[in-house]
Amino acid sequence: MKKKLVIAVTALNAIDSPGPGVAVVRAIRESTDFEARIIGLSYEALEPGLYMHDLIDKTYQIPYPSGGTDSLLARLEYIHEEESLDLIIPNFDAELFNFIKLRDKLMAKGIRTFLPELKQFESRDKIKLVEFGKKNGFYVPKDRIIHEFRELKQIEEELEYPVVVKGKFYDAVVANSFEQVEKAFLKILAKWGLPIILQEFIKGTEINIAALGDGEGNSISIIPMRKLYITDKGKAWAGITIEDDRLVELAQKFIKSTNWRGGCELEVMLTDDGKPFIMEVNPRFPAWIYLTAAAGQNQPASLVKMAMGETVEPFTSYETGKIFIRYAWDLITDINEFQKISGNGEL
Amino acid sequence: MRIRKNIAVSDEGYLFNPTTGDSFSTNGTGAMIISMLKQDKSLIEITDAICEAYDADRILVERDVEDFTSLLKDNSVLD
Repeated sequence: MKKKLVIAVTALNAIDSPGPGVAVVRAIRESTDFEARIIGLSYEALEPGLYMHDLIDKTYQIPYPSGGTDSLLARLEYIHEEESLDLIIPNFDAELFNFIKLRDKLMAKGIRTFLPELKQFESRDKIKLVEFGKKNGFYVPKDRIIHEFRELKQIEEELEYPVVVKGKFYDAVVANSFEQVEKAFLKILAKWGLPIILQEFIKGTEINIAALGDGEGNSISIIPMRKLYITDKGKAWAGITIEDDRLVELAQKFIKSTNWRGGCELEVMLTDDGKPFIMEVNPRFPAWIYLTAAAGQNQPASLVKMAMGETVEPFTSYETGKIFIRYAWDLITDINEFQKISGNGEL
Repeated sequence: MRIRKNIAVSDEGYLFNPTTGDSFSTNGTGAMIISMLKQDKSLIEITDAICEAYDADRILVERDVEDFTSLLKDNSVLD
C-alpha cells in the first residue's frame, strides 16, 4: 500500500490574479506514485480553494506574513500536532521569506519543505534583477529602484516612455507619461509599499517558463508557455506550451547558475530579434502550473518526491500545443462553512 | 523553400508552429500548396498543379502562390 503523505499547500485564492495553490493540489492529486492528504493553509476566509473539498481535505488559517516567523511557527506547530504534516509547499512570494527562515526548525519537527536557500531567493529579487543579469550573463531590462516619492520627482527629466512601474511583490503598470507614472506609483505604494521599480519597457512576445530545480544545479523540468490571452493585470488567462531551445537553455542556465531548489517561473520577453529578456523571476510555481502536468511533466508531484528524498530524473520531453484556458466558476457553499473558517480558523 | 521540420500540418491545412505557439488556418488552395511544399515541390510545379486544378490564369496563380509563400515565410513557417 502506498504511503499517504500529508501535504500542506498555501495560496488557495483563485481570483482574477489567482494563487497557484489550487493548481498545485490538482497536479499532486493526479500523481499515481503516492497518495496525499491535502491540508490547505489560508489567509482569508474567502479563498475559494478552502471550499473545494474534493481537492482539499482540511484547511487551517495561518497568520499573515507581516506577523513574522514566531506566530507562523506557533500556528504550524498546532497544525502539525493535529495533522502530522510531511511537507509544506508555500506558493506566495510574500510568505516565502518566513518559510525559508523556518526551514530548519520545521525539518527538526519532521516537516519538510523544498525551497531555495535564502541567498538564492534574494539574488533574483526584482530590486536586484539588473545586478543578477550582469553577474550571470542574462538579458534583463534596465531599471531604477525608487525608495521615496521625492526620488521620483528628481528623475522626471531622465525618464523615457513607455516605462513599467512595478511593485516589490506584485503589480505592474505600463506608463506613457510622468502623470501616469505618478498615478501608478501612488497606487502601488498604497498596496505594496516601497521600494517601487521603474523598469525599461521591452517590446516582444510574452513567454513564461515554469521550471523545477533539484538544488544541485540540475533542471528536472522546464516548460515554456506563450501567453495567448492576457488580463488587464498582465496575467495569462490562456496559454500554450511551445518548443524553443533558446528558452529551455535560458531556464537551464538560470537553474545552474543559482543551484535553484524548488519551483520557479521565469517571465520572459522574447524580442523580435530573438533576445530572451528576463523580466522577472518568481520564486515559486506559477498559477498555470497544472499545464506542466497536462503536458507530461508534473512539476508539483516531482517536487513532492524530491522533498521526500527520492531521486527524480530530469524529464526529457513534453507535449507542445497543450493549451490551458482559465475560467471562472461560481462555487456555492453555506454560511456554516464560512463560519467555521472565519470563526474557528479551521474548515 | 521548405516547411520547417517541427511545423504540424493537418490534412485540412491547419498549421501549428510549436516554436512560437502561432496557429493558422487556410482554405483548400492553401492546404494544397502546403501539402505540395511538404513534398518538396518547386513553385513552378505548384503553380502548374493549381493552374490545372482550377483552370486559372497562370500569371495570376504565380503571383498568388508567391504572395502565399512569402506570408508563410513572414510567419516563420517556411525556412
